[in-house]
Amino acid sequence: MTLADLKKGDRVRIEAIHTAEASVQRLMIMGFVEGAELTFVGASLGGDPLEFLLYGSAVSLRQADARNFEVGSRPFDG
Amino acid sequence: MAKLSTIRVPVERVTMARKVTIALVGNPNSGKSTVFNRLTGLRQKTANFPGVTVEKRIGKLTLDGVVMDLVDLPGTYSLSANSADERIAVDVLLGRVAGTPAPNVILAVIDATRLYQGLYLLQQLAELGRPMVIALTMTDAAIRKNIRVDTAALSRRLGNIPACTIVATTGSGMTRLRELVGQAVSNHSAQARSFWPELRHAAETLRGELQDTALSLVEIERALIDADSNAIQMLQDSLGDLAGQRISILRQTLCGDQPPLAVEARQRYEWIRQTLPIVQTQSSVTARWGSKLGSWLNQPYPATALFLVVMATVFQAVFAWATPAMDLINTGTSSFGAWLEAGLPPGMFTSLLVDGVIAGVGSVIIFLPQIIILFLFIIVMEDTGYLARAAFLVDRAMRSVGLSGQSVIPLLSGFACAVPAIMATRVIPNRRDRIATIIAAPFMTCSARLPVYALLIAAFVPSRSLGFMNLQGLVMFGLYMLGIVGGVGTALLLKRSALRGPTPTFILALPDFHLPNLRTVLMKLLDRARIFLRRAGTVIFTVAVVVWALAYFPRSDLIETERLNAQTQAAATYDGDALEQAAAQIDNEAAAAHLSQSWLGRAGQAVEPLFVPLGWDWRISAAVIAGFPAREVVVAVLGTIYAVGAAADEASLADRLRVATWPDGQLVFTLPMVLGLLVFYAWCLQCAATIAVIKRETNGWGWPIFAWSYMTGLGYLGALLVFQIGSA
Repeated sequence: MTLADLKKGDRVRIEAIHTAEASVQRLMIMGFVEGAELTFVGASLGGDPLEFLLYGSAVSLRQADARNFEVGSRPFDG
Repeated sequence: MAKLSTIRVPVERVTMARKVTIALVGNPNSGKSTVFNRLTGLRQKTANFPGVTVEKRIGKLTLDGVVMDLVDLPGTYSLSANSADERIAVDVLLGRVAGTPAPNVILAVIDATRLYQGLYLLQQLAELGRPMVIALTMTDAAIRKNIRVDTAALSRRLGNIPACTIVATTGSGMTRLRELVGQAVSNHSAQARSFWPELRHAAETLRGELQDTALSLVEIERALIDADSNAIQMLQDSLGDLAGQRISILRQTLCGDQPPLAVEARQRYEWIRQTLPIVQTQSSVTARWGSKLGSWLNQPYPATALFLVVMATVFQAVFAWATPAMDLINTGTSSFGAWLEAGLPPGMFTSLLVDGVIAGVGSVIIFLPQIIILFLFIIVMEDTGYLARAAFLVDRAMRSVGLSGQSVIPLLSGFACAVPAIMATRVIPNRRDRIATIIAAPFMTCSARLPVYALLIAAFVPSRSLGFMNLQGLVMFGLYMLGIVGGVGTALLLKRSALRGPTPTFILALPDFHLPNLRTVLMKLLDRARIFLRRAGTVIFTVAVVVWALAYFPRSDLIETERLNAQTQAAATYDGDALEQAAAQIDNEAAAAHLSQSWLGRAGQAVEPLFVPLGWDWRISAAVIAGFPAREVVVAVLGTIYAVGAAADEASLADRLRVATWPDGQLVFTLPMVLGLLVFYAWCLQCAATIAVIKRETNGWGWPIFAWSYMTGLGYLGALLVFQIGSA
């Protein structure tokens, strides 16, 4: 499951990042790294881009970029 | 001559020569400019950093009677620069920008509600080992979200860097901030700590191998991490061919096969996840009414509705609210011109003053009310965080034409005026997207095109009802669509050719909605208006005077003598109103005769063969040439050429245009020719201000020259096709 496959309100943890491309490194600087926990807030008009809540910060990614992040469900408030 | 021996330099001034510089750094949208305005007040100026189009804002800050320079750096998330703006911020911090000394003190502005990302930059700044102060902004918003930040704990975790909370909008906490900055200025020895000791160790090893280098440890660290760091070049200067080898060996030990930047991000966020629970506590949030409304409005359909309402308000404001001010300016400049003309002896000097200078300045400031209102909305949207929300909403739609969500506000602004639209493209981080937007914006139907459209449509398009629409309205609508199609098509074309490249990663921080700060908004507005007046104003003014000269010279004595004779004869024949009418008619005809043999008229006649395939005679050609600095003047020039006077009303000019003929008696203004002329006006770039602002924003003459030639060529082709097909 990747960041692009979530349902509204899902809380997940990033487990792995599929690519080492330079473009994904910009997202890593913004906090999309392994171990980061986030909530999927919802998609924009037409289903893209996506909005995530990352430790209180709302950040938007496009589906194509979100697909690079493999996630696992986070134990609820665990 | 001054006697050198009498000049004395006060001792204090000599010892105070080294001025203290404080750098204001922070994430984008962290409230940095509000802190800057709070600290400096009106004592600030804007310039550009050398060689780039990045704005440099410098203000004066007085602490304990000592005046210091406060430099507002562009917002950044890290020291790994990703754009020209971020590059400047990093280079200033590292002391690598000519004319801007390395800062003595770093003032880091961090959004208390976005500490997760803020702590990344804070680690890197702390590692610079310079005196530093942290200002946490948005603490009022943090309290609403039940977030409490422990500044003492934050300060300890970062190596005893003083921190305080402020509410920039109300100014609370500013006294404490000034105190801390004052202490930091006198504190010369800051303890540098490292949050990634292995990296620091590698940098120390490499520095040990260099003979007397000017590179700091952090610069060597950046060379080890960032592939495009400026420091790599300096390492090569010092180590020669060995540099590349040493860098790759050290990178290998530090990061293995992983990209260094990715390893750095993991390393630093690991520390951040440990630090966050120590420095901030968040009690369970009970959703407030305001935040519930906010999240409802962020859903696709309510957000679309809100977007349409906001855009409708902006357009209503730009076109309706600006009208009284524009009318006032119009009346003001023309009556001032008339007053001068009446008071001064007729001749070249009066004509230069009235028709050149005042008309030229008038054509600039007439659009100032619209531009200011438009800027006001753009700045408020930026300041409240709405701009990011709008970009998020329309990103998908904009991507289908090769652009991104951030292009939508600049393109929509183009419907009022391309100048603020092009200046608003600064929010677009990707250079290729930004240039495509800059070239597409002047296609949007700006308000200066409206007088030309109105004149030609009213004169030549029959007012016929077509169901619920009127034919005239339909043509007007078609012209708006033509602009959109031209702009969007051009953007698509550019993104598939000259600006081709991989789709950039799109990451957009979505700030919480907050009320705008009046002070910040007004300061930015003042700044934007000043830039417009200075850049666009000087260009339009110069070109207006040149066009005046082209239309005035050479002067024919023969026409003047004939005019005086005709006036004498009229005075003998008529009296009262009839005389006045006859006199005006004689003056208008003389003006038309003067224009026809002026350089401009001759130019029109010379280029006529080029425009005959479009159905234009020399008069239209001359008017179009005169319109290149500012397209709206074409109406006034047509008024002069067709001898109804430059200040003629639309109706009398339209009547004259309808009966204008070629020497063989055929009508000039046929419907295909008029439609072609309208297409030409929809597409060509007749605006010196736009060209000047494209030059400024792209930092060179290449793109403005391209935009002008491309749009003029496109307009010509469009007019040619319409006329030829329509007349066939």
